[in-house]
Amino acid sequence: MFDVIVVGAGPAGSMAAKTCAENGLKVLLIEKRQEIGTPVRCAEGISKQGLKRFVEIDRKWIAAEVIGAKIYAPDGTEITMAEEMAGNEVGFVLERKIFDRHLARLAAKAGAEVIVKTAFISFERRDGRLKVKMRRMGEEWEVETKILIGADGVESKVGRMAGIIRTLRKSEIESCAQYLMSNVEIDENYTYFYLGNELAPGGYAWIFPKGNKCANVGIGVLPSKAKANAKYYLDKFIEKFGIEGKIVELVCGAVPVYGEIETAVSDNIMLAGDAAYHSDPITGGGIANALCAGYYAGKVAYEAVKKNDFSAGFLRKYDELWKSDFGWKLRRNKKLQEFFLKLDDQTLNSLAKSISGRNIKEMSVQAIIVELLKSNPHLVDLIKNLLI
Amino acid sequence: MARKAVVNRGKCAYCGACVAVCDFFALELVETYLEINENCNGCSICVKVCPMGALSLVEV
Repeated sequence: MFDVIVVGAGPAGSMAAKTCAENGLKVLLIEKRQEIGTPVRCAEGISKQGLKRFVEIDRKWIAAEVIGAKIYAPDGTEITMAEEMAGNEVGFVLERKIFDRHLARLAAKAGAEVIVKTAFISFERRDGRLKVKMRRMGEEWEVETKILIGADGVESKVGRMAGIIRTLRKSEIESCAQYLMSNVEIDENYTYFYLGNELAPGGYAWIFPKGNKCANVGIGVLPSKAKANAKYYLDKFIEKFGIEGKIVELVCGAVPVYGEIETAVSDNIMLAGDAAYHSDPITGGGIANALCAGYYAGKVAYEAVKKNDFSAGFLRKYDELWKSDFGWKLRRNKKLQEFFLKLDDQTLNSLAKSISGRNIKEMSVQAIIVELLKSNPHLVDLIKNLLI
Repeated sequence: MARKAVVNRGKCAYCGACVAVCDFFALELVETYLEINENCNGCSICVKVCPMGALSLVEV
């Protein structure tokens, strides 16, 4: 019998398993794929802050460091958010293939058992414990656990079977396609974001440098607004902007843009990362929140084992932690996303013009909103009402 | 005639978008292999969210 079984060895799952193991719990981390970290389903950008809180930086999995971001309105108006000083890098572009493996190894080093090519099938509650059925290298395998942590991504089976999350609607998921391209001519000190209802309906296109003239060139679209699939829009974006370079990798993914879920727990079960729709509804960023959620889930699992209480009531401590850390931001950004989704290209252009050329030092959604409000007093009441 | 989703494996990029929107537990990403079972009722939401256009409906 395990204290904790963690399903999914992405950032949330490995961080949860590591935290459990460090606190002396008997923990099993399972990954359905035979290789942790592949295929990648991510644009790989993360703020320095979000990463440093939970992981010691290792150059092995940093592909590039950036000092800021450039955002482009449909008519090309540029907004720059950047640190003025070189050496004050604010963001990283990761090499997820290496990063995810590194995290899983940290979990293993802390004492977690890690098993790959092992998928979660179902669970059954019995006498306050869970019987977890898995398929391990093709063979059925049943093990008992006190706690199950579902870090099984946007397609979370744990979350749906437990009835914690409901299926995403077409307006709650970004459908994404991305190429890793070589020989891309850009200033590698920045990440680039391109907006427009024609260009990327309900989403945006991006170029993230990965060093050595390579870059992640990708797009996310909202299926409720898009008229074609993400790859179609990506190819059009590359053609329109004349992005030259060879495609050396294709990456697809789906990002939940749901906002804050009511609760991420039920009896014996906690969800973390994309499984709990923890990705940001505006930026689509999810790694930092996943690390944070995984850490908290691990902490609460430890407390639950110590108290021998695995009820949803007790596990709600985990809800309190992630909600007060970043859940409120998901809630706010969902409202802001809904506001931005209503804007036509002309309005996006004029809003961008109103703050173009400003010196925005912080790379955050909040910094942009603050600048927008300074230049567009008529939006103040609107946004205020939205956020109450 | 009933309709059912089918996957073009040459196009599928194993991202799981379809699984995340399916109300009927009809799709599963087994390792990097998408399986569609008999629960599919041809609602077509998976076709709409697939970033690669790898899913389509066929008459059965």
